[in-house]
Amino acid sequence: MSTPSALATIEATLADIEARNPILNAFTAVTADRARARAADLDASRAAGRAKLPLEGMPFAVKNLIDIAGLPTLAGSKINRSRPPAEEDATLVTRLEAAGAILVGALNMGEYAYDFTGENVHDGPSRNPHDTTRMTGGSSGGSGATVGGALVPLALGSDTNGSIRVPASFCGVFGLKATFGRLSRAGSFPFVASLDHLGPLARTVDDLALAYDAMQGPDPADPVCVDRPIEPVTDLLARGTDGLRIAILGGYFHQGATQQALDAVASVASALGATRLMELPEPARARAAAFVITTTEGAALHLDRLRTRAGDFDPAVRDRLIAGALLPASLVTRAQKFRRWYREAVLKLFDDVDILLAPATPCSAPLIGETELDLGGEVVPLRPNIGIYTQPISFIGLPVAAVPVRGTSLPIGVQLIAAPWREDLVLRAAWQLEQSGFRSV
Amino acid sequence: MQDSELDALIDAGTHALGIRIDPSWRQEIRASLAVTLRFAALVEAHNLPDEAEPAPVFRA
Repeated sequence: MSTPSALATIEATLADIEARNPILNAFTAVTADRARARAADLDASRAAGRAKLPLEGMPFAVKNLIDIAGLPTLAGSKINRSRPPAEEDATLVTRLEAAGAILVGALNMGEYAYDFTGENVHDGPSRNPHDTTRMTGGSSGGSGATVGGALVPLALGSDTNGSIRVPASFCGVFGLKATFGRLSRAGSFPFVASLDHLGPLARTVDDLALAYDAMQGPDPADPVCVDRPIEPVTDLLARGTDGLRIAILGGYFHQGATQQALDAVASVASALGATRLMELPEPARARAAAFVITTTEGAALHLDRLRTRAGDFDPAVRDRLIAGALLPASLVTRAQKFRRWYREAVLKLFDDVDILLAPATPCSAPLIGETELDLGGEVVPLRPNIGIYTQPISFIGLPVAAVPVRGTSLPIGVQLIAAPWREDLVLRAAWQLEQSGFRSV
Repeated sequence: MQDSELDALIDAGTHALGIRIDPSWRQEIRASLAVTLRFAALVEAHNLPDEAEPAPVFRA
């Protein structure tokens, strides 16, 4: 059977987006002309004898805080609509297209990425493809909706406290938050410079790994991006978990979790033959410190807009940012001191283990509009607590793959966590799980 | 902190920063500030030596 041309793939993708995006509300812009032109170019050069590229003809879309030349970078806000169009694509967009992928649009997100729900007061909520009355999770809500709904096989999101892993969990797809500093953030609208990551969501581990490999590499335009050689993982996937030591995170990572979340971890652990329990040191304090750094750095970023355009923010974002602006700086420095202590304490665990398992979210997707969450019998505000299991991990930049687990009605994700720079291990484990039936829903 | 103490911090802080708030925003700002201060206190309660370096390290 012959492979369809890139143009045929793109036409089918664009038709699917036109038909189903009104329901999912995943896209805020569709770059149809650009995608068709790129596809035609790829088909022409391939016909002329060019070797096949790793992501040849694969449609992808990006969270709308990632620059697309010719479009204003909204970052989910009303305020940014008055920004001039981006002059260039973000580094990761350029790298994916160099590997043969084709950009088809920009994706809905929670305002300024300060969100775990996927709701947006300006563009409306992105909707969960498995039950459109439910949240996608956020803030990369459109990324979860479009990959979960199979409109595209690959999307980019950002993850400051869990914003790739939460929508991957709620929408039943794979997600990768690489080590802090591994993937360039150049050409993206920031949120929390100390914690921001960009990364992929995909329907298969192969696509996740291919995209990750294509995006690696130093980038002088992002001072956080490390000067580290590219370490490809795609050819390593089939090694699976052979020889790896795997443990389940207990304590904090069990408290408050629904039975579905606990069952999901247990099923992944069983598939990987993991029985050992470990605990992170001080995860609740780590989550608290991540919260403090997030709200204060976010406030610093938006201070001028809070002074001049406060009424144009999503109120739920604005009020938290104003509160963050009022926190004494001495407390923020304490949080950054704790961050270093916590990193050193957690890294010691990896002397004795290669992969740690934890729920990605305490529950599957809540109904859109819900504001409270039952966390182990305690009713708490939903918005900040969806990320209780993701925040202590991204706080110190560990690489994580989110793996989907089918529920009886809705999917939920499990985090596979490794030591810094060991994305290969979490992707190998994710690949092995996919082979044994843990597939995108 | 009591609501009145949080309100005093909101009033002084927003004045110092030049942020004007609508009275209808105050309740949510106060609630967020209370949570943030509680989390900051939890972090601060973890004793660290004077020599502990903050996480970001600037290199010239």
